Amino acid sequence: MKAKVYITLKDGIHDPQGRAVQQSLHTLGFEAVQDVRVGKCLEIELQDMEKEAAEIFLKSMCQKLLANMVIEDFRYEIVST
Amino acid sequence: MNIGIIVFPGSNCDRDCAHVVSAVMGQSAHLIWHQDKSVQGMDAIILPGGFSYGDYLRTGSIARFSPIMEAIIEFANRGGLVLGICNGFQILLEAGLLPGAMLRNTGLSFICEDAYVRVENADTPFSNQCEAGQVLNLPIAHAEGNYYTDPVTLSALQANAQIVFRYCDKEGKCTTASNPNGSIDNIAGIRNAQGNVLGLMPHPERCAEAIFNNQDGHCIFDSMLAALRGHTPLPA
Repeated sequence: MKAKVYITLKDGIHDPQGRAVQQSLHTLGFEAVQDVRVGKCLEIELQDMEKEAAEIFLKSMCQKLLANMVIEDFRYEIVST
Repeated sequence: MNIGIIVFPGSNCDRDCAHVVSAVMGQSAHLIWHQDKSVQGMDAIILPGGFSYGDYLRTGSIARFSPIMEAIIEFANRGGLVLGICNGFQILLEAGLLPGAMLRNTGLSFICEDAYVRVENADTPFSNQCEAGQVLNLPIAHAEGNYYTDPVTLSALQANAQIVFRYCDKEGKCTTASNPNGSIDNIAGIRNAQGNVLGLMPHPERCAEAIFNNQDGHCIFDSMLAALRGHTPLPA
């Protein structure tokens, strides 16, 4: 089964990378862009298991390694079983 | 004294630290591979700078789970002196031995230059040979040195004198202009609540001997030695 994990900076954490991308988009004429936040997406191949069990695994992986809870939030979804 | 310097894949200041410990300070430097599981016999530990695991995922996040880290956490919890320099500081944050986290530098660039830092607390095992308010000129070299912590933790750091070094100008004034990377409260280095673990972004090992025309980093290693000499040996 396959899961996607999204790691994003918490609200209020300054994201200079996002700001640089936003400025570049403005330079290209996409002036409607009001804010950009850059995060990470991880595609994880898991051995088949119950959805509930997979979610427990994913949450634990995020808390232990994939996200830094001081500055980041995470969410995950199971995209195929 | 026996000083252990941890070598992670991607560490690149390990030998510089070993040189300072042995050739400059006259102590025994022991390079310890990250797969080792013991720091037995060491009086202090240095986590050197570099790019452990290529900075993948987040700086220090993978090194933090190297086998040696369990021994280092245990060593720190028993009161052993642990100094984290640059990437070593980032690893200490990820390991939870120090509070907070590192963000990308505000200006996005990798910064490689000399920076002035002010000694905020000269009563620590890493700064007892400095004077409070002393301005040191130390090289920095990092892309993720923008220290961040939540307001509650920041207040605690300030209240407990855990902020040991802050970026400043030549005169010792901590201003926005003298903050190279956007760190909250101009923080360049902090210690833990117990006082035996210090992380700092500047590289004292790169300016600790006469040949560099700058020996400002020497006082940090001197302080560690002074602390160790007055220190009761750790229980085995």
